Amino acid sequence: MSAAAVIDAEVKEDEVKIVKDATCTFCGCVCDDMELTVVANKITKAKNACVLGKAWFLNHHIEDHPVATIDGQPATLEEGVERAAQILANARYPIVYGLSDTTCEAQRVAVSIADRIGGCVDTTTSVCHGPSGMAFQGVGEVTCTLGEVKNRADLVIFWGGNPAESHPRHWTRYSLMPKGLFVPNGRKGRTAVLVDVRKSKSAAAADIFWQIKPRKDFEVLWALRALVKGVEIDPEIEQETGISLAQMQDLVQRMKSCKFGIIFFGMGLSMTRGKHMNVEAALSLARDLNDYTRFYAKPVRGHGNVTGADNVVAWQTGYPFGVSLGRGYPRFNPGEFTTSDTLARGEADAGLIIASDPAGNFSQPARDHLKKIPYIALDPHESETTRGAAVHFCTATYGINTPGTVYRMDDVPIPLRPAFDSPFPSDETVLRAIEKRVREILRERLTN
Amino acid sequence: MDDIFILIPGRTSRQGTTLNEGKLKADFIEETQTLFMCPDDMTRRGVVDGERVRIRSEFGQVELTCKAAKTGELPPGLLFLPYGDPSSRLMGGETHCTGMPDSKGMDVQLDKLL
Ligand code: SF4
Repeated sequence: MSAAAVIDAEVKEDEVKIVKDATCTFCGCVCDDMELTVVANKITKAKNACVLGKAWFLNHHIEDHPVATIDGQPATLEEGVERAAQILANARYPIVYGLSDTTCEAQRVAVSIADRIGGCVDTTTSVCHGPSGMAFQGVGEVTCTLGEVKNRADLVIFWGGNPAESHPRHWTRYSLMPKGLFVPNGRKGRTAVLVDVRKSKSAAAADIFWQIKPRKDFEVLWALRALVKGVEIDPEIEQETGISLAQMQDLVQRMKSCKFGIIFFGMGLSMTRGKHMNVEAALSLARDLNDYTRFYAKPVRGHGNVTGADNVVAWQTGYPFGVSLGRGYPRFNPGEFTTSDTLARGEADAGLIIASDPAGNFSQPARDHLKKIPYIALDPHESETTRGAAVHFCTATYGINTPGTVYRMDDVPIPLRPAFDSPFPSDETVLRAIEKRVREILRERLTN
Repeated sequence: MDDIFILIPGRTSRQGTTLNEGKLKADFIEETQTLFMCPDDMTRRGVVDGERVRIRSEFGQVELTCKAAKTGELPPGLLFLPYGDPSSRLMGGETHCTGMPDSKGMDVQLDKLL
């Protein structure tokens, strides 16, 4: 059913509207089985949503905020677009950043702007699973969809994550609890393993829990690879990693003898020292196990459309994040063109920040530099980043107010069915207006 | 005492729900300023539940409210802090050619506030 068919344009005060098959974009699970009850532009019920999804839908409200502010003062959309375009067109080292909480349609316009102004385009991937992206390039990814996991997986390993609190429906909808075509007994037909430095709330749901010593993921993964290949391991590995040789041998036996195994890895691997090397170890282990059975490894992604951001930036530039278009062709170099670095080194001189909050979650040197440069922020809500923006556009919330496409964490595209209209424009609308004006300014410059 | 702890910032259910209420609202700020610590470490360092402490890394420092973690959740020497503004202030700008600052597993020191 199309979005238009489920949404009535006119909303009366006491009218109750049910929106079926809506999509939650709070986390990378992108559950598309929501049933929303909407009363007078307020979501009052979100059936099937987890605790995080409920908070996402039920707290949603239309901000009492001007559509645009320039240096904190109310402005019209047109005035905001003019100022934004002037900032970007006149910058020497502009950055375009964020993008993981907006639609693919908006993301592609943002990449196009970066291309026109010769800027760097980077997404929040660089500070979540960016190292995993580097690892995919290094050793490849044996991949599958969550549907295959649901229907086939009999050994499910979570490494460096806490899905019970960060992705509550991952287990119930995709990976542990559901009955699948070849796993007819659901949870009883699967062995769940959790590996983490902390005995988080997820541990209670696992059949096997390994509490490994901090910063020893690589060592444990590499030891497992060695055991899979029949290489002897010194039992002293337990002192180093907190996991005994017997535990490792038991898991290796389970991994080799399962029918369909998967490692879901979290930011415990990608954010900890070793980063892409930790992830390469997990991906290599999964690859090696394909000599014996079917085995896969997938990152558990955070933001609702961070996977879409990787896909869109890769379609358009050939690389998933950390791309410079400054020479007129794309160059990929994490550590050089990634936003944490361009800011912390004081290189960027202007920014376009879409749906993210670097002023609230970047390192101190990066925040300090961001404060010194003019930047444009698109966000439905106020944040540290919008407060410091030269231009802030208050935009509609994707999925709740605007349609479009997002990618689930397994690279499956999902359409959005919004619940009701917003008085604010979508990110895509604002970005298209900025792009149009940037093109005009650049053309005028060429002809003068 | 200058012993080194390892700090793991991460998500919690409350961090996620209060994020939706607003990052500038009191509940999110409270959640992201709550440091979880192994009860044995608290006894050893003379920190009581609910006490404010200062956490210092090589790159920054923040004041947090200390709470005892559930038994067995955190081994001695490991601290947990829900993601947010304070956890990010402890990160350095160096990304070691990855684009990602060391955001988990940071070496930090803990001071009692006098
Ligand atoms: S698991 Fe994620 S996508 Fe699904 S309902 Fe919960 S927050 Fe939303």
